[in-house]
Amino acid sequence: MIAAFALILVCQLLGEVMSELFDLPVPGPVIGLGLMFVGLIIKRRPPKVLTDAADNLLIHFSLLFVPAGVGVVTQLDRLRGDWLPITAALIVSTLLAIVSTAFLMSKLLPKPKSSDETIPKAEAN
Amino acid sequence: MGETDITQLWVYLSTKPLTGLTITLVAYSIGFWLYQKTDRNPVCNPVVIAIALIAMLLKITGTPYATYFEGAQFVHFLLGPATVALAVPLFRQLETLKRALPIIIFGVLFGSLVASASTVALAWLLGASPETLASLAPKSVTTPVAMGIAEEIGGVPALTAVCVIATGIVGATLGPMVMNLAGLKDWRARGFAMGVAAHGIGTARAFQVNETAGAFSGLAMGLNTIATALTIPFLWHWFFG
Repeated sequence: MIAAFALILVCQLLGEVMSELFDLPVPGPVIGLGLMFVGLIIKRRPPKVLTDAADNLLIHFSLLFVPAGVGVVTQLDRLRGDWLPITAALIVSTLLAIVSTAFLMSKLLPKPKSSDETIPKAEAN
Repeated sequence: MGETDITQLWVYLSTKPLTGLTITLVAYSIGFWLYQKTDRNPVCNPVVIAIALIAMLLKITGTPYATYFEGAQFVHFLLGPATVALAVPLFRQLETLKRALPIIIFGVLFGSLVASASTVALAWLLGASPETLASLAPKSVTTPVAMGIAEEIGGVPALTAVCVIATGIVGATLGPMVMNLAGLKDWRARGFAMGVAAHGIGTARAFQVNETAGAFSGLAMGLNTIATALTIPFLWHWFFG
């Protein structure tokens, strides 16, 4: 468990160093994600301790957003000033992105082999 | 204990990192409990409930955000390692990835561009300030990455964090409804769209509804993190630089 967590941190640290050193626009943890992904492909069978550690970190992924979200208290003035564009952009563009991407992918992805990949008619509404 | 004693006790406690950390975990637990009590109703999002509870507590006690964050930073710190850990669910989708790689890459780039371009265009038309535009642009990727991108292009990371979380909640609550209305029934396409547009919060929702949708959502979220981190700073400097 400790070794797995250390490995995750090493990937992140390498990512941060590369981002800083080569002045990359990509944040360090994303480079770390890439490094870990490449490592997993090379290793083929990731050790169970590593996948367990990753799964444990991700079970309550949404908890990790709370401290940053509370930062809303520092942004109240800006939110008051720009509330209309912010609200409109959040709702309209998020739903537009969801519907257009779902539509595009339902046309492009090869037809599902099994019926469990689509909703039976009765549940769809 | 008189009121001044309580005030003094709070002043003492609020300087301890332990308080901010404890408040964060307790507020989230309350949110998660309510979420389960309401049969996982997406409107009772545990993140929203936790943020609202903590924000109210800070307001009532007059505690500055910086003081709270001294404790909460230990939770916030884990966003970095958790982002790295996304490599594991992404790796589990390796077979799917290999089978339809060009389509998946195209879909991620498409969704990422629609999400950021429509956001910036709409907010600009409605008169948002340049800092607000830059803060909104990366709203569809996971918080730590979005905050990094916003900083890179001159936005306000704290505002980005708020917008990212709001985006996730809008996607998780209204997304499935809108896809039902549009008659979109392919679980893979539905999950994929949730991951691209509504990141981790959308993925968490997709997993609850359907395993296949969840897997595709996680895949799309992971790839979108990389796609958006690569495209937005580049496009931003090209358009506004």
